[in-house]
Amino acid sequence: MPSVWKIPRKRSWTRVLTESQLVPSESKRALEIRNLRVVFHTYAGVVKAIDGIDLTVYKHELLGLVGESGCGKSVTALAIAGLLPENAKIQSGKILLDGDDLLGRSKQELRIARLTDIALVFQDPMTYLNPVISVGNQLTDLFNENLKVYRNELIGYRLSQIEAELERNPGDTIKLQKERERLTSLRENPSLKLGQGEGKRLSRLRAIEYLKLVQLPEPERIMKSYPFELSGGMRQRAMIAMALIRRPKVLLADEITTALDVTVQAQILKLVQELRDKIDSAIIIITHDLGVVAQVCDRVAVMYAGNIVELATVDEMFSHPMHPYTKGLFAAIPKLHGDSKGSLESIKGSVPDLIYPPSGCRFHPRCPMAFDRCQNVKPPPVEISPGHFVWCLLYAH
Amino acid sequence: MQSEVSPSEPRPQRTLVETRNLYKWFPIKGGLLGRTVGNVRAVDGVTLSVIRGETFGLVGESGSGKTTVARVIMKLTPATKGQVLFDGTDITREKGQSLRHHRRKMQMVFQDPYASLDPRQSVGSALTETMKINHVVETGGEANRLAARLIEIVGLNPDHLARYPHEFSGGQRQRIAVARALAVNPEFILLDEPTSSLDVSVQAQILNLLKQLQTELELTYMFISHNLSVIKHMSDRVAVMYLGRIVEVASTERLFVHPKHPYTLALLSAIPDPDPSTRNANKTVIQGDVPSPINIPPGCRFRSRCPYATQKCADEFPPYVEVEPSHWIECHYDLNLDPGELVQGKTDVVPPS
Repeated sequence: MPSVWKIPRKRSWTRVLTESQLVPSESKRALEIRNLRVVFHTYAGVVKAIDGIDLTVYKHELLGLVGESGCGKSVTALAIAGLLPENAKIQSGKILLDGDDLLGRSKQELRIARLTDIALVFQDPMTYLNPVISVGNQLTDLFNENLKVYRNELIGYRLSQIEAELERNPGDTIKLQKERERLTSLRENPSLKLGQGEGKRLSRLRAIEYLKLVQLPEPERIMKSYPFELSGGMRQRAMIAMALIRRPKVLLADEITTALDVTVQAQILKLVQELRDKIDSAIIIITHDLGVVAQVCDRVAVMYAGNIVELATVDEMFSHPMHPYTKGLFAAIPKLHGDSKGSLESIKGSVPDLIYPPSGCRFHPRCPMAFDRCQNVKPPPVEISPGHFVWCLLYAH
Repeated sequence: MQSEVSPSEPRPQRTLVETRNLYKWFPIKGGLLGRTVGNVRAVDGVTLSVIRGETFGLVGESGSGKTTVARVIMKLTPATKGQVLFDGTDITREKGQSLRHHRRKMQMVFQDPYASLDPRQSVGSALTETMKINHVVETGGEANRLAARLIEIVGLNPDHLARYPHEFSGGQRQRIAVARALAVNPEFILLDEPTSSLDVSVQAQILNLLKQLQTELELTYMFISHNLSVIKHMSDRVAVMYLGRIVEVASTERLFVHPKHPYTLALLSAIPDPDPSTRNANKTVIQGDVPSPINIPPGCRFRSRCPYATQKCADEFPPYVEVEPSHWIECHYDLNLDPGELVQGKTDVVPPS
């Protein structure tokens, strides 16, 4: 049975930690962000959107990036993908993908990196899918426009499909055998060009397989459909398929379920969890919904006003939140279980204007635990327990 | 701030807002002659009642019809069939002066705070305008004073009255929308997803404010949301809508602890629980999408996605039964559902006698 990918052994984040007894080795790091600072030049002033964040994402993990509006989580995703708008400037920092600094690359190199290494899935699939091109064509375009890159994958897949077919039906195999010969010779001679019709056919078959991977029913019919003919959940799956085609090292999912109904959201989240076991990528889930993080992610980073304020495994974060903002966020969610009739605790004040951000710790004006030093000193990270980091002066020495 | 009842008005009823067999269909025109070829059956027979002083929660996903129900109740769009009653009076066909009299008592807060305030009108002007139109005050001075009081009640500053909506954040705009609703001293406020576009911490502030106002001003709320946690926090009773009809109504405690309709259970199971310990609970995720309100299948409209559906569900339209005191469901069966897990085939199906 041809599989889309060689299925790796399931590795959970916590197991990686205990096995190595230390921070996982460098080879397991998919993405490393070091001291990233991003500003936006606007007519109103300079928005200090990201204020020096450090984050490491490991292979096979599901990392949640959570925060409210304006915290900088989407900007971080765009910075990783190299899709920041014209008026954004990366003031400092490195984004290392497999040890290679993305920010040091040329635009052309970044474009290729976006093609194969980094994939981004957005919130509203109707906005990001081309409405005048069928879903099938949008998928195959990805292959056809970059045949050089996908050549081996397309050939390899079709060959394994032929093998399986031959095993099932040993009779009437002349056509298939001829095709197998042709494909094998193509594979062995990289200089031999793939015919246009051939390429299109191979792409189509491969695209259908991706649609099956995201559990879309009747994939052949979906190939011919246009985005408006699909429901929200189906469009989102199609977008995920498009992202996975690139076999990215890092998959960024930016609020992918926010626009969906809750029952469809549950399906998509289940899909993402199942995919994690099947694909090689590190997945970063960006959301404001702590429930999504609790159910799906291994680790979670909480962001506020351009900084990461806390980072831990999901179990640890939800049972022992340390940063006052994290605690405030948890207290503000109406609980589904248990007594919920009392008034909700809210965090006083509102999110600061990042053109004139507060000095020192950006949360100090709203923090119930703030003291004098908080407005002067930017808190450094403190490792409270293995793997649990807090950026707060309450815990620094 | 409760209005005084003059002797010529009827006595206040216990049920403040009621709909009886309410339908709202949107015709689809097609063909050469523009004939009606079908209908979007947005609201397809809804009967509900809101008791004075309570918060009535209405929950459902997109296409369930909840926003349309809201708009018909508020008379923003006419009903196709059925009745809307306010304080015992049938207001379905009312127009003109008598309608305006009722409009004063029913106000609405909308979902999108960026769209529901007139960008060309200052906050103060928005508040005083409604007061003047509805004859709440006699003089302009009185209007301004009342506006200042209202803006403080919702947690903002009287200096904000001179500003324009674009100068405020989403949460602040919703506060202004609430102030505007309060400006005419209503008895009933319909809130359609008032916090859905707001951050969690801002949402908490707005919900706390709404609760506080309800107690202080003796208000009755109808609270519409797709967010079950928010509904649970705010409501006394909850109705669940699916494809234009109410499939379950119960008190909040009962609905969340003992849901009786499979769709309610599916909704509850689908909510991502901010508690990682429930991660590996065996929750069956419901398949498929909501069918179109144009082509509603015969029989029970939920059967195509219901894990407990039988042939009867396809053949016969389910009855609306009171399975427990004040707990109604539209279903052929009285299922014993366990909200902890939705496991196929493991429930006691008790056919109605």
